[in-house]
Amino acid sequence: MNGSKALAESLLREGVKDLFGITGGAIMNLMHQLFEFEEIRVITARHEQCAAHMAEGYAVASGEVGVCFATSGPGATNLVTGIADAFLDSRPIVAITGQVPTSLVGNDAFQEADIIGATMPMTKANFQFHRVKDIPLLTKMAFKIAKTGRPGPVLLDFPKNIQIGEEHVEFPTDIEISGYNPTLKGHPRQIKRISKVLKQAERPIMIAGGGTISAMANNEVLELAEMLGLPVINTLMGKGIIPETHPLSLGMAGMHGHMCANSVINQADLIFAVGMRWSDRITGKLEYFAQEATIVHVDIDSAEIGKNVGVHYPIVGDAKIVLRQIIEELKKLDVTQPMSWMQKVKQLKERCQCNIPLTDIQPIKPQQVMRLLREHIDSKTILTTGVGRNQMWAAHYLRVYGPRKFVTSGGLGTMGFGFPAAIGAKVAKPDHWVVDVDGDGSFLMTQQELATSVIEDIPVTVIILNDQALGMVRQWQNLFFEERYAVTDLGPKGFEKRVPDFAKLAEAFGANGILVERVSEIGPAIKEAKESDVTTVIDVQIDRSENIYPHMPSGAKLEEIIPCPPWMEAG
Amino acid sequence: MDGGRMIMAGIINENSSIEAVGPHIITFLVEDRPGVFAKVTGLIRRRNFNIEKITVGPTHIEKVTRMTFLIKADEATLEQVVKQLNKMVEVLRITELKPKDCVIRELALIKISTSDQQERNEAMQFSNIFRGNILDVSPTSLTVEITGDSEKIDAFLELTKRFGIIEVARTGITALSRGSDPRPRGVDMMKLLDYE
Repeated sequence: MNGSKALAESLLREGVKDLFGITGGAIMNLMHQLFEFEEIRVITARHEQCAAHMAEGYAVASGEVGVCFATSGPGATNLVTGIADAFLDSRPIVAITGQVPTSLVGNDAFQEADIIGATMPMTKANFQFHRVKDIPLLTKMAFKIAKTGRPGPVLLDFPKNIQIGEEHVEFPTDIEISGYNPTLKGHPRQIKRISKVLKQAERPIMIAGGGTISAMANNEVLELAEMLGLPVINTLMGKGIIPETHPLSLGMAGMHGHMCANSVINQADLIFAVGMRWSDRITGKLEYFAQEATIVHVDIDSAEIGKNVGVHYPIVGDAKIVLRQIIEELKKLDVTQPMSWMQKVKQLKERCQCNIPLTDIQPIKPQQVMRLLREHIDSKTILTTGVGRNQMWAAHYLRVYGPRKFVTSGGLGTMGFGFPAAIGAKVAKPDHWVVDVDGDGSFLMTQQELATSVIEDIPVTVIILNDQALGMVRQWQNLFFEERYAVTDLGPKGFEKRVPDFAKLAEAFGANGILVERVSEIGPAIKEAKESDVTTVIDVQIDRSENIYPHMPSGAKLEEIIPCPPWMEAG
Repeated sequence: MDGGRMIMAGIINENSSIEAVGPHIITFLVEDRPGVFAKVTGLIRRRNFNIEKITVGPTHIEKVTRMTFLIKADEATLEQVVKQLNKMVEVLRITELKPKDCVIRELALIKISTSDQQERNEAMQFSNIFRGNILDVSPTSLTVEITGDSEKIDAFLELTKRFGIIEVARTGITALSRGSDPRPRGVDMMKLLDYE
C-alpha cells in the first residue's frame, strides 16, 4: 500500500468524515488518494488559516477531532495561526501538512518550511513520517493525543516521497503511549478533603472553564451547584456549561465579565475552580485577586495548577470524573445550603440586570442587536464570534442552552476566527442554526470563506456589528489614551462611503447580504437569515462610540460600579 | 500542599521581588528520537527558564536517553519546568535530584600554558593532587583531565590560572541518586512504540 492510501485508510479508521484544507504540490498525492474515499468529504477552504479554524469549529461543535490539511511551505505556515489558536483554547485538531521529499528536507527546496520546528511550541505533539509503515501508528497516536487528556492540536508532516512510497502496513487497533498517560481520576484522599471544605464554606462559588466543556461535565456541574447552592460563574470558554437562564448562573468573570460574577468572586470565602487556567483576563492583577478565599483547583493538566494563582487544594483529573467523585462523597455528608449567601447572590444578580430598550435609537446600539438575536436562539443554535467588542457583547448578552454551543477564540484572540469556525460547526451540526457574531475588522480578515460556504453549500448567518473601527482598541484609546484614535479607523475619511459594503460583498459571492440601519430592521433581517438556505451577511451599522459595560473603575467599591450604560435602565 | 499558598510564578515574573534561587538538578529519561532535544530546549526557552548546564547520553535501556540539567530557578519556576517537561510525550520519567541525596560529576579538559620545566612540574603536581590525568603534553602546554563536582574543577582552574589557561572544555554535570532507590521505575519494562 502506498503512504497516501495508508493515511487515508487511517483517517477512515479514526472515523473522520470531513477534512478542511487547500491542496498543493506537496499534498496532492494524498488528495488524489482521498478522491476515491466516498466516506470522507474534502472541503476546500480559501485560506489555510481558515481551514484550521474550520477544524476547530468542527471539533467544538461535534466533540470529535477536527482535521485540516495544507501543502508544504506557505500552506503549512498559513495553518500556524489556527494551530496556535487550538493550542491555547485546548481544541482537538489534527493538522496534516505536505512536505518536500525527505531527500530535499533541509535544502531550502521550493515550498519547504520547517513546520515541525515552527509548531513545536504550539502543538501537543508533532511527527514527521519517515517510513510508510509508521503511518497507521503515528496517525493513531496523533488522534489519541489530540482528543484525550487536555485536548490540543497535533501536526503530522507528510513528505512527498512517503506519500507515494510503497510498503506493507498494518493498522494497530489499540495503542499505549509510554510517555503519555493523562490522570483522569482524582486522588481519593484529596476528594475527601475537598468535599469537606466545600461543605464547610459559607460563601462558596464555582468558576467553570473550558475544561468542563471538553469533559462534557455539564450534568455534574449542575448537580453539584444545586446540591450545594453554589453560584456558577463561567469563563469565556466555559460559556454554556449550565443553562444561562438558571438562577445559579451568574455569567462570565474577568476583565469584561459580568458585574455580579466579578463582585461575587471577591466576596467568596471559597473558590471552586474547575477546568480553568486563571488567565490574566480573569484574574487581573494577581495581588488583588480573591486574596481571602480558599482556592480549590481541579484541572486535567497538572502544569496549570499553581502556575498563575496559588492553590490550597489542587486536584488533577478529568472534570467530569472528579466532580462525580465529589458528588458521591458529598452524598455521604450532611450537606446544607448557605441560605444567606444565596440570598445575597440572588439580590446582586437582580441588580445587575440591564433592560435593553428597543426604541429607535440612531445609530443602533449593539446591545439592541443582541437582545433581538437572543429571542431567536434556542437549543439548536451554535454561536461563534470574532474577537474584540463583538465577542464581549455576544458573551454578555446572548444566552446559549448547553455546552459546545458557543465557539470563540479566547486564548489567542484570533481576529477572523468567527466565520470559518461557524462553517466548521455547521459541517459538524448541519441541523443547527449557526450564527457568527462578528466585527467589521474581524470579518474582513476571513471574508473570502464566503466562497467556501456558498460553493460547498454550508449556510451560516453572519451578523456584523459594524462600527468601521477596530473597536476594542478604540475603546481603550477612549478610556486610557486621551482619545487619540491612532490607526483604529477602518472606514474612509468622513465615512461618506461604506468600505466595504458588506451586503454587496456577500452578493458578489452569491450569498445573501442585508444592510441594517434602523432598529426596526434588525428583527426581520435575523428572521430572514435564519430561514435562508444560503449564507446571509447582516451588516448592522452600530454606534461606534458605544463602550462595553459594566464599567468598573479600578479600586471602585461595589456600589460605585455602573452595571449598565446610561441609556439603559438597571434592575 | 495544605499549608499556605504556593509561591505565585506570575508575580515573580512581574516584579521579581523574590530572588532567583537554586541551582536545581533535574534528570529525566527521554525516548531517543530525532528532534527530542530541540523540543526540550525549545520548551525551556519559550517559558524563559534558564539552563546552566546540560548533559545528554544513552542509558543501559535501548532507545532511552538520559538528560541532566542544572537550572537556576526559584521553586515555582522549577515546578513549572518539571511539569511542562513531563507533558512531553517523549519524556518517560523526570526527577529532581537534591545535591545531598545524589552523586554529581563533571569532567573538564584544561589546556595550561607552561613556559618551562619548572612550571610544567608544578602544574603536574597540582594535577596529581586533584587526581587529574595528563592527556597531552607539548613543550609549551599541558592538557589535564579533571573529574569531580563543579566546585573542584573551579578550584583547579583558580589554582592554575597564573600559568595561563589556553582553553577549557567542560561537560556539564551528570548525576544519579544515592542508594538503590529510586530506580527509573518501569522505564526498562516500557514497551516503546516502533517508529522513526
